[in-house]
Amino acid sequence: MKSLAAVFAESLMIDPASVVDGLAYQSIKEWDSVAHMVLVTALEDNYGIMLDTDDIIAMSSVAKVREILAKYDVAA
Amino acid sequence: MIPALDGKVALVTGATRGIGQAIAVELAAAGATVFAGGRNEAALAAMIAASGQAGRIHPLPFDVTDAAATKAAFMAVQKQGGRLDILVNNAGILKDAPIEMTGADMVAETWSTNLTATLTCCQLAVRLMARPKDGGPGGSIINMASIIGRMGFPFHAAYGASKAGVIGLTLSLAKEVAARGIRVNAIAPGLVDTDMTAGIPPDKREAMLARIGMGRAGQPADIAPLALFLAGDGARYITGQVIGVDGGLVV
Repeated sequence: MKSLAAVFAESLMIDPASVVDGLAYQSIKEWDSVAHMVLVTALEDNYGIMLDTDDIIAMSSVAKVREILAKYDVAA
Repeated sequence: MIPALDGKVALVTGATRGIGQAIAVELAAAGATVFAGGRNEAALAAMIAASGQAGRIHPLPFDVTDAAATKAAFMAVQKQGGRLDILVNNAGILKDAPIEMTGADMVAETWSTNLTATLTCCQLAVRLMARPKDGGPGGSIINMASIIGRMGFPFHAAYGASKAGVIGLTLSLAKEVAARGIRVNAIAPGLVDTDMTAGIPPDKREAMLARIGMGRAGQPADIAPLALFLAGDGARYITGQVIGVDGGLVV
């Protein structure tokens, strides 16, 4: 299983070092709505889950994604 | 000859009886792996055992109005089937009443089953169909509308509204997901003999039959070939269409 930072970096095509808790959705051009869905698929594949629509909408930052993933009982 | 849907994975809701059953069997006979959705596990098993396609149809017991169960069902399809290519949103209910006696519960139940669940299933299907897979991302979504959603029918305000909603959903979603290789079409049946329409009183049924150009009610087997066509590559350039299968019924 990849790390959360690696999933983010690969999905958004950004430097893993820039994947910090405060990184927010639509705060950088690489994390737009299209990339958001790529990220969703990558997270689902990495952790073997399927996210709820409400959670996809609520994934507003790296920290928030980590918090949401905790609900699915996966270590991120 | 390689069957038309060889290697494809389909999910058909409301597949225990009627039109859904006919479509599940038709898709399986064309080579697809079919997950048959329905609320009653025993009834699903009996349908599959009698289908002649037991190897290709897999039971997927869930209630489309239960969002968590629906998500779990789509996850199961992805895990067991490895992909999703075809979704047939067929599960539906029909209740008729004069407008003055169309209760809030009946409206909620009808819209939740016929419309909200259809949207939820579309949403989950798009997420799976858009994934990378052999042959590239994409898929075919087929929504069951009704002639009543296009033309209206007395005492069917709640049902008619739900089916008109399905048509609106189909048209908008087709435009949204076309670039991702996903086609979305609707079938609008007329009067089809199923358990759902068995409750129509004989006098009303006779009056409807008199308005069918072909002089007979439709059968589930009259609907299934269109679903097969829309599911397959022959319909690769067809999206956002509502196609009537009604024997020339005028309502």
